[in-house]
Amino acid sequence: MYRTDMYEGMLSETVTMPGHKGDVINAYFARPLGKGPFPGVVLAHHLPGWDEWYRETTRRFAHHGYLAISPNLYFRAGHGVPEDVAAKVRADGGASDDQVVGDLAGAMRYLRSLPYSTGKVAVFGTCSGGRHAFLAACRAKGFDAAVDCWGGRVVMSSQELTPQQPIAPIDYTKDLSCPLLGLFGEEDSSPTPEQVKKHEQELKKHGKNYEFHMYPKAGHGIFYHDRPMYRQEQAMDGWKKLFTFLEKHLDKAS
Amino acid sequence: MCTMIVEKAKVSGSGKGRDGWFTLRQANVSYDHPFHAPLDHAVNIDFVNPELGLDARVAVELSADAARELVRAITTALERGDQQHVRS
Repeated sequence: MYRTDMYEGMLSETVTMPGHKGDVINAYFARPLGKGPFPGVVLAHHLPGWDEWYRETTRRFAHHGYLAISPNLYFRAGHGVPEDVAAKVRADGGASDDQVVGDLAGAMRYLRSLPYSTGKVAVFGTCSGGRHAFLAACRAKGFDAAVDCWGGRVVMSSQELTPQQPIAPIDYTKDLSCPLLGLFGEEDSSPTPEQVKKHEQELKKHGKNYEFHMYPKAGHGIFYHDRPMYRQEQAMDGWKKLFTFLEKHLDKAS
Repeated sequence: MCTMIVEKAKVSGSGKGRDGWFTLRQANVSYDHPFHAPLDHAVNIDFVNPELGLDARVAVELSADAARELVRAITTALERGDQQHVRS
């Protein structure tokens, strides 16, 4: 935690970075000023797109001492206001899992290449981004920690599989290569508490390092202060758990 | 992307967007998280014309009950219109 007599500064800007298959995409990057070195966090944005909440959250991680980058996972859909871009992606069945994992892996390499990086990098996401964070932690080797906030459709029936999402993320659980934090609400319909339990059983079966927290009186989107699903008490506890988890697994001095 | 439920319909007609009226080509109907409506999930209808760019979009986000009421109203209006058209 910062002190009132400390210097504090931050740089935040749009950058470009190589994503899936080397495609150059844009990303929102924020970092604390100072020589570091700093651990990093890659943010996987949610269904509403590369929006203001994700910019705010990218800066939040930087404020807490992390190099933070939020790649524009909808870059290839074109450009406009985030809602119009996200509406197109939604109509097209979502970005493909392969492409998103490739973009998140590219963001990980970008952070790790910076001269002020500790080399430790986590992946974080909410909603569809939570699902993608888990997928990336299983499929893109190299992440040191992963945070899945209420990621729906980790557990998928065969009827739900699509060309863009051909394999249920839960089926990759055996490949999870880093500790996982999961934050969920017991009133959520996607994922349901039963689906979270099923995922937890799979994590146990494969001996994975994980911690899941299921909040009462909360549904989907606990952290979204701009939406009616925001739950102040659960959100504050969730952020505390999240930063404690990252400090532990990214070897960050608090 | 929490439900990925989307249906598409080819449509003809006009919609009034940010820059005025434009020709509609398609309606995308999803049951997923809305951008604005204070709901967890909503019936989101985007009337679009892909040829005119991403901002050629007229959007509504309805509760499930409101969407059913809209379907009823459209169906009823169509039936009444068909009847009058046949009589006239």
